[in-house]
Amino acid sequence: MRDRTLVLLAAALAAMLAAGFLLPQWINTLTIAIAWGVVVVGMMLMMRTGLVSFGQGLYYCLGGYSAAVLHKFYDIGDILVMLLAGMLVAAAVAAVLGLLMAKYRDIFFAMLSLAFSMILFGLLVKSEQLGSTDGFGLSVRSVAGAALPQGHERFVVFAGAAVVAFVAALAMHRYLASHLGRLAGAIKDNELRVEYMGESVRKLIHVNYVISAALAGAGGALAAITIGHVDPEMSFWTQSGEFVFITILSGTGSVLAPFLGAIIFETVRSFAYEHSPNTWQMVLGFTMLLVIMFLPGGLWSIFQRRREAA
Amino acid sequence: MTKVLESRGLNKSFGAVTAAADINVSIEQDSVVGLIGSNGAGKTTFINLVTGYLQPTSGSIHYLDRDITGLTPRQITRLGICRSFQIPQLFQSLTVQENLHVGVGIAARTHPQAGAAIADEQQEIQTLIERFNLRGYRSQLASQLPEGVRKLLDIAMAVAGRPNVLMLDEPTSGVSADEKFRLMDMVMQALKAQGVTVLFVEHDMDIVERYTHRVLAFYEGRIIADGEPAAVLKDAEVRKYVIGDTHAGAH
Repeated sequence: MRDRTLVLLAAALAAMLAAGFLLPQWINTLTIAIAWGVVVVGMMLMMRTGLVSFGQGLYYCLGGYSAAVLHKFYDIGDILVMLLAGMLVAAAVAAVLGLLMAKYRDIFFAMLSLAFSMILFGLLVKSEQLGSTDGFGLSVRSVAGAALPQGHERFVVFAGAAVVAFVAALAMHRYLASHLGRLAGAIKDNELRVEYMGESVRKLIHVNYVISAALAGAGGALAAITIGHVDPEMSFWTQSGEFVFITILSGTGSVLAPFLGAIIFETVRSFAYEHSPNTWQMVLGFTMLLVIMFLPGGLWSIFQRRREAA
Repeated sequence: MTKVLESRGLNKSFGAVTAAADINVSIEQDSVVGLIGSNGAGKTTFINLVTGYLQPTSGSIHYLDRDITGLTPRQITRLGICRSFQIPQLFQSLTVQENLHVGVGIAARTHPQAGAAIADEQQEIQTLIERFNLRGYRSQLASQLPEGVRKLLDIAMAVAGRPNVLMLDEPTSGVSADEKFRLMDMVMQALKAQGVTVLFVEHDMDIVERYTHRVLAFYEGRIIADGEPAAVLKDAEVRKYVIGDTHAGAH
């Protein structure tokens, strides 16, 4: 049987690459949107498990700083190595913190995740070696050992981000269709029953938390590579809030939704900032208000409704 | 007959309230045991103690001669003791098929006995759907099912774990009088096909009399009568404290 999501993902990748080629002035905005989309794919998994993290900036920041530290202290400028480092560091920290996080639910989970991200923010602000509040810069030279073509660096980073997003979304799609993935919805519905069926809810939440953190780490590394700079704001609560915003805007119906949500968020923000520099937050606020009032299931619910009606 | 489950001097108190008082009971393999008693008599407490939801104040519980006191519900389920609930515990946003898929999937991966027995998960789900007559509801969300079907699905979910001992907490509560026997016929037939020891809590004495081999009558956390259904239901204390026969002369 044909996998509809796989076809849609492949089409989205092609469309994204075409957009990057045809709209070079938008390439940075699109790359950041893709990086955030990767973070939100992980947030979507947690939300399907019934948990909202208000501190995903922690792993986003760790991913970004891991990539930047490789450049600053080890003179490594390979995109793939930086990306893997970002994912691994985020996953390793999540594996430890997850032991505690998996015990908490609802607002306690949200607030504890926020607390950890703010602890990292505080540590980075106090760290002179890591540039304190200013952060520090980084640059890339190669991808998987091959030197970046001169004059096309931005497009290669963009294309690489699009491929990473494709792989992340496909892997998440497969995971959600697997036994463990199916249990996410079951945990959200009824933890007691899951335990009485013989499965450990805490273990499953821990696993999903680590996956979600690894994706946030990848998103952070991609963002750092794209911007060429990292700073403690990556871990600040407003950054995490924006990820929650995009997750709600997107909805949890499909692995494609986070990318759609991230692109729309970045576009609205860019336009709002350009045309209304002093009140752009208000524009975002109204956007969120409209989504909650008219699309409580997020943007993807439009497609779901149309499919159900067909 | 093989002794499958045993409680020794089981006590459970909640502050000044005694929910289980010195319960000594031994259950044989393949038997069907009815737990009767008025509300608050200690029936569900007994199920909660055996399945690990509550920890006893003192005493012990043994399953196939293994002490399972203090184990978690998850560990006990994996050993082969499964349960259903008075209020069906379903995955409301999932369909009937998806609910069973989750149940069978967990059993196949975590229960040693079930894992060995379940060769094909889809086939296992299909068998459960047929046995519990859930065919017409396969694609319906659990939240939209009629109460009787919710009960059936709840029991089917417990059976998905291929239990050796199954504890049903009021399987016919909330089900209309007409449907009760039909539901129990179906459940008992499905369980018979699997060879399961069954303990069920029930308030309808006609159901108890028809389907059980043995009855345990609870009153204020104690077992006041234990034996064949006909004898227990005639017991004067049971008639007075459980059935509510005001003319019964208990001594």
